[in-house]
Amino acid sequence: MLEIKNLHVKLEEEDKAILKGVDLTVDAGKVHAIMGPNGSGKSTLSYVLSGRDGYEVTDGSAELLGEDILDMEPEERAAAGLFLAFQYPVEIPGVGNMTFLRTAVNAQRKARGEEEMSSADFLKLIRAKAKELKIDADMLKRPVNVGFSGGEKKRNEILQMAMLEPKMCILDETDSGLDVDAMRLVADGVNALRNAGRGFLVITHYQRLLDHIKPDVVHIMADGRIIKTGGPELALEVEKNGYEGLKEEMA
Amino acid sequence: MALAQAKQDATEARVASLTVPRGGWSEPARQDALSRLQAMGLPHGRDEYWKYTRPDSLNSVEVPAARVLEHGEPPVFGTRDRLKIVFIDGVFDAEASDDLELEGVHIDRLAVAQDIHWAKDLYGHLEAAGQKPVPRPLAALNTAFATDGVLIHVTGRPSKPISLIYRHKSETSDAILHNVVKVDAGAEATILENGPAAARFNKCMEIDIADTGTLHHVRMQGRDHERRAVSHMFSRLGRESTYKSFTLTVNGVLTRNEQIVELTGDDAVAHVAGACLGDGDFTHDDTVFITHDAVNCESRQVFKKVLRNGATGVFQGKILVKEGAQKTDGYQISQSLLLDEDSQFLAKPELEIYADDVACSHGSTSGAIDDDSLFYLRARGVPRGEAEDLMTIAFIAEAVQEIEDETLQEEVVERVSGWLHRRRG
Repeated sequence: MLEIKNLHVKLEEEDKAILKGVDLTVDAGKVHAIMGPNGSGKSTLSYVLSGRDGYEVTDGSAELLGEDILDMEPEERAAAGLFLAFQYPVEIPGVGNMTFLRTAVNAQRKARGEEEMSSADFLKLIRAKAKELKIDADMLKRPVNVGFSGGEKKRNEILQMAMLEPKMCILDETDSGLDVDAMRLVADGVNALRNAGRGFLVITHYQRLLDHIKPDVVHIMADGRIIKTGGPELALEVEKNGYEGLKEEMA
Repeated sequence: MALAQAKQDATEARVASLTVPRGGWSEPARQDALSRLQAMGLPHGRDEYWKYTRPDSLNSVEVPAARVLEHGEPPVFGTRDRLKIVFIDGVFDAEASDDLELEGVHIDRLAVAQDIHWAKDLYGHLEAAGQKPVPRPLAALNTAFATDGVLIHVTGRPSKPISLIYRHKSETSDAILHNVVKVDAGAEATILENGPAAARFNKCMEIDIADTGTLHHVRMQGRDHERRAVSHMFSRLGRESTYKSFTLTVNGVLTRNEQIVELTGDDAVAHVAGACLGDGDFTHDDTVFITHDAVNCESRQVFKKVLRNGATGVFQGKILVKEGAQKTDGYQISQSLLLDEDSQFLAKPELEIYADDVACSHGSTSGAIDDDSLFYLRARGVPRGEAEDLMTIAFIAEAVQEIEDETLQEEVVERVSGWLHRRRG
């Protein structure tokens, strides 16, 4: 599904390497987690994969379903099936949540040469999905993320994911700023989307999100590299010994 | 003094090229306006009030030519049931117009209204009152020389809007039209205006709204790139009356829209708003002067400008709160979205307050499309161009929402979408 090889990335504006050779393969149907301390490059990885400006790939490659995505525009990556759930979802005053989603769904369909979704079908679908995520009609009508609480913003991300049905989902610290109940709601939303054809990359600081979204593989990232890969038990080890303990062990 | 001489020369030359329509009830007002015009002189680039917008091409005897744009799209307000009054290059077109009969309103034309007419007490009166404290010579010129216009007396609640359509067919037309609107107590109407009108258009509208009356005004100025327009809307609001005016301007080499609002009765509400989109050789000037002269009145000014390829936007907005106008609620916002580094926005917000128990706020901003928002939209699959359009429409939304009628809001947004879409080719 997603194949990252020897990925080196620096900041565009300054000579600062952030990713120093990341190798990672996520197969369809699998949930991979990336854990790591602040500044390890986790979020940068998510931004580089989704095509945000400000980064320069100096070496390596990233392919989605065998297609090189690093030269694609962000919208092309989205249409190819990549989805990033933002750590800080952006507020867009003046753009209605529903309008935004319908535009996005149909833009992706158009890009893939599929027929656009009719208003009636769209409404039916979004109402059903919103209900599962406890997103009320008012939230759908309001401008994108404007005045949403932290939990509402994250639920809105998952709603977008559910509507867009991507093949590869990257969740960037989706647990940050969530209380236990909100986290469970978000995790349920993600789990409902797990299937044999979809890959997940869950980026998080803490093990607690992984209690709810059970990963198949856990990677530990530090200083721009993946330093250790293992099963779910690796997350527990981090919780117990901290990242420092792991780093020492690796050294 | 050279400046005074230059102004006088320009004024005399222009006056000599025009004729005051003779006879009838409006003549005294026209003669009065003419002498006021000659005393104040036409505007000059060195006048403070015309510091940001060059008035020369609005003054000149020769009309700068303006090509007529072939519109290949459905007419504005086309699907709406309305009473149509059509002018072509400033000349009434009876064939294209509907009968001027509608329950709840009396409609006449300035050029043919006979005898003692109700408009006699208004024609040129609100304009003259609006000359203080700032002179507005092009409005006085309009009162003196207007060749036609519509006189609308709203006595009830007409079932459909009155739609003034200004078509442009001649490349060198110079139209001067003067409309008068009187809204009786408790009456309510909507006036729509659209079209480029002429190569050069000078339009005046005097609006008198009696206690508890309501007037909605929605205008879409025509898309012809080279047309020039100056418009003055003078309004006087009685107790508990409402005036809501919105203007959409796309294209036009030069537009100056002035709104002069006088809140004279307690608890009156005035909202004036506008959105403009300009690309290239485009100057759009919104000049607003709102006077609070009664207790507990509310005024809002919401103006948004989208500018690219060297387009210029100007906003001069003032709230004057007179002594005793307590509990005034005044709001003013002017913002520009600059789509490149060549465009400019010049804003002069002013507050002048002589009452101590008022709430007035104002703000003015200039900025580009927010990168984070743009990336967010693109990351969801919305292509860059479409994402920029969404952001642009979002930017003008606050102004568009000043229109009360939601279907009219949608029509405005549709026009804007169409314009943006064509820009992207």
